[in-house]
Amino acid sequence: MKRVIRPLLLLATAAVFNTGCSSIEPWVKPYERQRLSDPIMALEAHPASTKYINHVYEAREAARGAEGSGGGGCGCN
Amino acid sequence: MVPLSNSRRWTLAGVLATLWLALAAATQAAVLPEDRLDVLYHSFDGGGVTIDGPSILVRKDFASTVSVSANYYVDMISSASIDVEVSGASRYTEERTEYSVGVDYLRDRTLMSLSYTNSTENDFEADTYGISVSQEFFGAMTTLTMGFSQGDNVIKRRNDDNFERESRGRRYSVGISQVLTKNWMASIGIESVIDEGYLQNPYRFVRFINPANPAEYSLEEENYPDTRNSDALAIRSIYYLPYRAALRGEYRNYSDNWGVQGENFELRYIHPVGQSWVFEAKARLYDQTQADFYQDIFQFAGEKTLRARDKELSTYTTTSLGIGISYQIRSSYLSVFDKSTINLFWDFMQFDYDNFRDARESLNGDVPAGQESMYNFDANVIRFFISFWY
Repeated sequence: MKRVIRPLLLLATAAVFNTGCSSIEPWVKPYERQRLSDPIMALEAHPASTKYINHVYEAREAARGAEGSGGGGCGCN
Repeated sequence: MVPLSNSRRWTLAGVLATLWLALAAATQAAVLPEDRLDVLYHSFDGGGVTIDGPSILVRKDFASTVSVSANYYVDMISSASIDVEVSGASRYTEERTEYSVGVDYLRDRTLMSLSYTNSTENDFEADTYGISVSQEFFGAMTTLTMGFSQGDNVIKRRNDDNFERESRGRRYSVGISQVLTKNWMASIGIESVIDEGYLQNPYRFVRFINPANPAEYSLEEENYPDTRNSDALAIRSIYYLPYRAALRGEYRNYSDNWGVQGENFELRYIHPVGQSWVFEAKARLYDQTQADFYQDIFQFAGEKTLRARDKELSTYTTTSLGIGISYQIRSSYLSVFDKSTINLFWDFMQFDYDNFRDARESLNGDVPAGQESMYNFDANVIRFFISFWY
């Protein structure tokens, strides 16, 4: 089943993006991004602070990955 | 090595390669991260553990093409946690120092990044190298990022000069951030982690019923598998409310081949007041299931070949509530900088374990081993920092 699914997935992805690039226009224009560029709209506004809190989570919880930063020892014994 | 993760990784790589080839439209150049200095004090206090120290992060661009960053970070640890007490050890102190450097190179709409981190403790040394590529397209509404990092660790044990083990971790990540409307952005990220080598904590033990006195327990070393593969998927979204404030949501799902499954939800509300103040409130919930080889107490020594009693591998829930305040200092006071802020964030965390018992109770003879109450503890996490833009 995987042998069938994988090429189909690749093909579908390519088709969607090739079609998308030719017929779908970006619908939020640069001059409409005033609110998006407001500092309160940053997904992570403070890099050092975010890195630290992610380290706290990673040291205290088994889940890891897709959080952006971490690593090193944990001082968690 | 688990074939499923490799298979997923190659599927992911194939999709990414196809995506890359399919990208044809781009109308706006990407930008480098902001030039910024952060001087941060951090503190974690809870469960008999205090960890605090500084973190200094500085970033500067050159010719709007290259941006370099450096981070100096210290954890000063003083611990008499439940794990330390149950193992019969006394409070210990140690220090972890971490240095990171990074360089970002911007070419048209592509941002290429390299990073290196060294972390040193008296019993743990880690070197991590990372590379990532980020590309904007579709009128700068979409950003695709791919990353890879590898960390090599050397694990030692205090008061045991003959003990030295190694482990290696590799991380593969891909993420897409998307502008959805003029008020709404979202991102999705996937990361697979593959760890190999010595993956357990050399100071933790499992306990088993003492054959000479069943009301007491004895200890033996943990024994973990020497590979661990995990996959995490995170969705984050931020929305600009009808008035000037933002609502940010996050969901992450996690699973690994040790049998741990976890997920976390987070909601943040960001509310500026005037030009100088920003207030933030946060609620976060994390829960996980135990590893297959976790057990709070075993019936006898060597009952299982693979065994763990690390509370981070048990079934438990973490609940966090947090608030934050940022104040923008008037430019007339610090005119050398474009902008300066002073910030305080406080998180209150509660850890509630479902199958990790407070073994200290049977140490005192209050209750028989295996019948103690479930363990829980609270922690306060502080981040206080000053940021300068230039």
